[in-house]
Amino acid sequence: MQTPTISPTASLTSPTYLAAELRLPTNWLDYTLLGIYFVVVLGIGFAARRSVKTTLDFFLSGRSLPAWVTGLAFISANLAATEILGMAANSAQYGAYTVHWYWIGAIPAMVFLGLVMMPFYYGSKVRSVPEFLLLRFDRWAHLLSSVLFAFAAILIAGVNLYALAIVVEALLGWPQWVAIVVAGFFVLAYITLGGLSSAIYNEVLQFFVILAALIPITILALKKVGGWDGLTDKLTQSHGDNFVTAWGGTGIGEANPLGANWLTIVLGLGFVLSFGYWTTNFAEVQRALSAKNLSAAQRTPLIAAFPKIFIVFLVMIPGLAAAALVPGFGTEKSGYQYNDAIPYLMEGLLPNGVLGIAVTGLLAAFMAGMAANVSSFNTVFTTDIWAKYVVKDREDSYYVRFGRLITAIGVMASIGTAFLASSFSNIMSYLQTLFSFFNVPMFVVFIVGMFWKRASMKSGFWGLLAGTTAAMLNYFVLYKQDIISIPSDQGANFVSAIAGFVAGAVVMVAVSLFTSPKPADELQGLVYGTRSPGMAEPPAEGDDAWYRRPALLGWGAVVLAAACYIPFSFSF
Amino acid sequence: MSDNSEHPTPAEHSGYSEKDVQREVTELQEKSTTAARLFDIRRIIGGLFVLYGVIVTIAGLTDDDAAIDKAEGVNINLWTGLGMLLLGIFFLAWLKLRPTAPPPPVVEAGEEQPKG
Repeated sequence: MQTPTISPTASLTSPTYLAAELRLPTNWLDYTLLGIYFVVVLGIGFAARRSVKTTLDFFLSGRSLPAWVTGLAFISANLAATEILGMAANSAQYGAYTVHWYWIGAIPAMVFLGLVMMPFYYGSKVRSVPEFLLLRFDRWAHLLSSVLFAFAAILIAGVNLYALAIVVEALLGWPQWVAIVVAGFFVLAYITLGGLSSAIYNEVLQFFVILAALIPITILALKKVGGWDGLTDKLTQSHGDNFVTAWGGTGIGEANPLGANWLTIVLGLGFVLSFGYWTTNFAEVQRALSAKNLSAAQRTPLIAAFPKIFIVFLVMIPGLAAAALVPGFGTEKSGYQYNDAIPYLMEGLLPNGVLGIAVTGLLAAFMAGMAANVSSFNTVFTTDIWAKYVVKDREDSYYVRFGRLITAIGVMASIGTAFLASSFSNIMSYLQTLFSFFNVPMFVVFIVGMFWKRASMKSGFWGLLAGTTAAMLNYFVLYKQDIISIPSDQGANFVSAIAGFVAGAVVMVAVSLFTSPKPADELQGLVYGTRSPGMAEPPAEGDDAWYRRPALLGWGAVVLAAACYIPFSFSF
Repeated sequence: MSDNSEHPTPAEHSGYSEKDVQREVTELQEKSTTAARLFDIRRIIGGLFVLYGVIVTIAGLTDDDAAIDKAEGVNINLWTGLGMLLLGIFFLAWLKLRPTAPPPPVVEAGEEQPKG
């Protein structure tokens, strides 16, 4: 399955196997805790089964869930284990720059999704992100985005499955195929049974298990390195002053380990990559679309923003601590890879009991990361591809059956794509690369289509195609063939994202100038400043409480994230 | 896949409109059974965390010195166990104090049907 374009990187890094000495000292107690979790996961699937009657139940939970449930699922779908291990790896490698992925690279986009975009998404009653493009542009934009998304979802589900297999093999000693079959079976079972409701419920549960796993690791790691002061002193000595600051060394022309300057951080990560991921990635947006009303849908990403601001400490501190405790962590002579940061601390610090919770948390996060992609894949494949282009106008129950079948096929396909993930040592940079190819062009098309009435029907398709091509060209030709010099994969991702964005926007404007616009009456509720006829809903009882006001929640999150930057922006 | 000649004429573009989506989804929402039949997740979170909390707290109470030394002198099982127990109790208490609201009557769902 490995494509030749990606394989050159394999020679640069050894495979992502965790160090062999990282076998965790698990006992019966830890396996009991893990076993209980698996039983509960299946139980949720069976219990949710009786709530599934229509395709809307199966794919969107009947648009009936409360905001706190969809909000926690929204953050959990993002908080997959690849994110947890990958962001700890990022911190061990690049230092406190990791905060950018959270405070500038997530919060503004999540708030924008909740306050600005959600009224169009939820109000137009679309069932998926590509369906919105069908209404705003035409079938070509719809088909292309559906196919790209389905492809990306399976790839990323495969990344999660592969990561799970290597971590489980290293930590618990299970052969890789056992881990893949067990995890694949559980995900397959609970989504096929209960659809999105059971995926979302498991994500909410996983959110709390992850916290129960990460908080003890963070506290003990901090204690071991002598508190925050001990940590920063050690790292300043070994890695230099900039390692524990957010902006140190990011002036244009200055060298830093991230290989990016403040402009590429703000534009590439903070604007293009982050808005692309949070506002148009259907695996995320789907959680908000399953909320019970517009107010709950708007609050979904806003409620998620608050934990997101603080979760960075639970992944960054373990990563930094690992870098401080092991000289040369991540390099060959230490015997550890960057991705080993959290497993290394689990092995050294956690006694049986909490160790079982931590293992459960990691496995739960791997499965949820995969499930989020599988549950969004089956929705797009069934409602956007199958029901609109292949087998049209059948009764609703046929599409529920088909949705269950395609879930099984999707899980099988992700097992196949798991091999692709093997060529990147830093899992997160692999995901970021994929997102820059698939999400950024989508975001361009959305943002131009949503704010510019004149954007023509055909411009959606061409903008999407041009953006995707430009991002891929930049990464695989200009960067990988060394035609332009960018010091790191992450830096290259930011530049690819900007390239994809600019190319998509330019092509959309050019195509719009030469082709006909969509008639104004077909744009109601789809373009900024218009309202769709059926959109106005009376506010539900209690939704006017001050703490449920979207504007207050949204701006509160932005101010809090900005305030978090203060201690990291000036030297200590 | 992007052969220009395959593009349909503009007339074929508008095969599927916003009204179709709104009608379809509104109909499905009336038949949807999730609101009426889906259980409350607070019960599961509460139950699992009370169980986890009890198990891990007991592990903490019976831990030997080796386990405590490993965790930098902190009885991490005890503290984590108690924390999980409290979280579990919080969810069960929330469920008890504010039980699941009954699903809205079907009439209401019909009223919000779009006119246009």
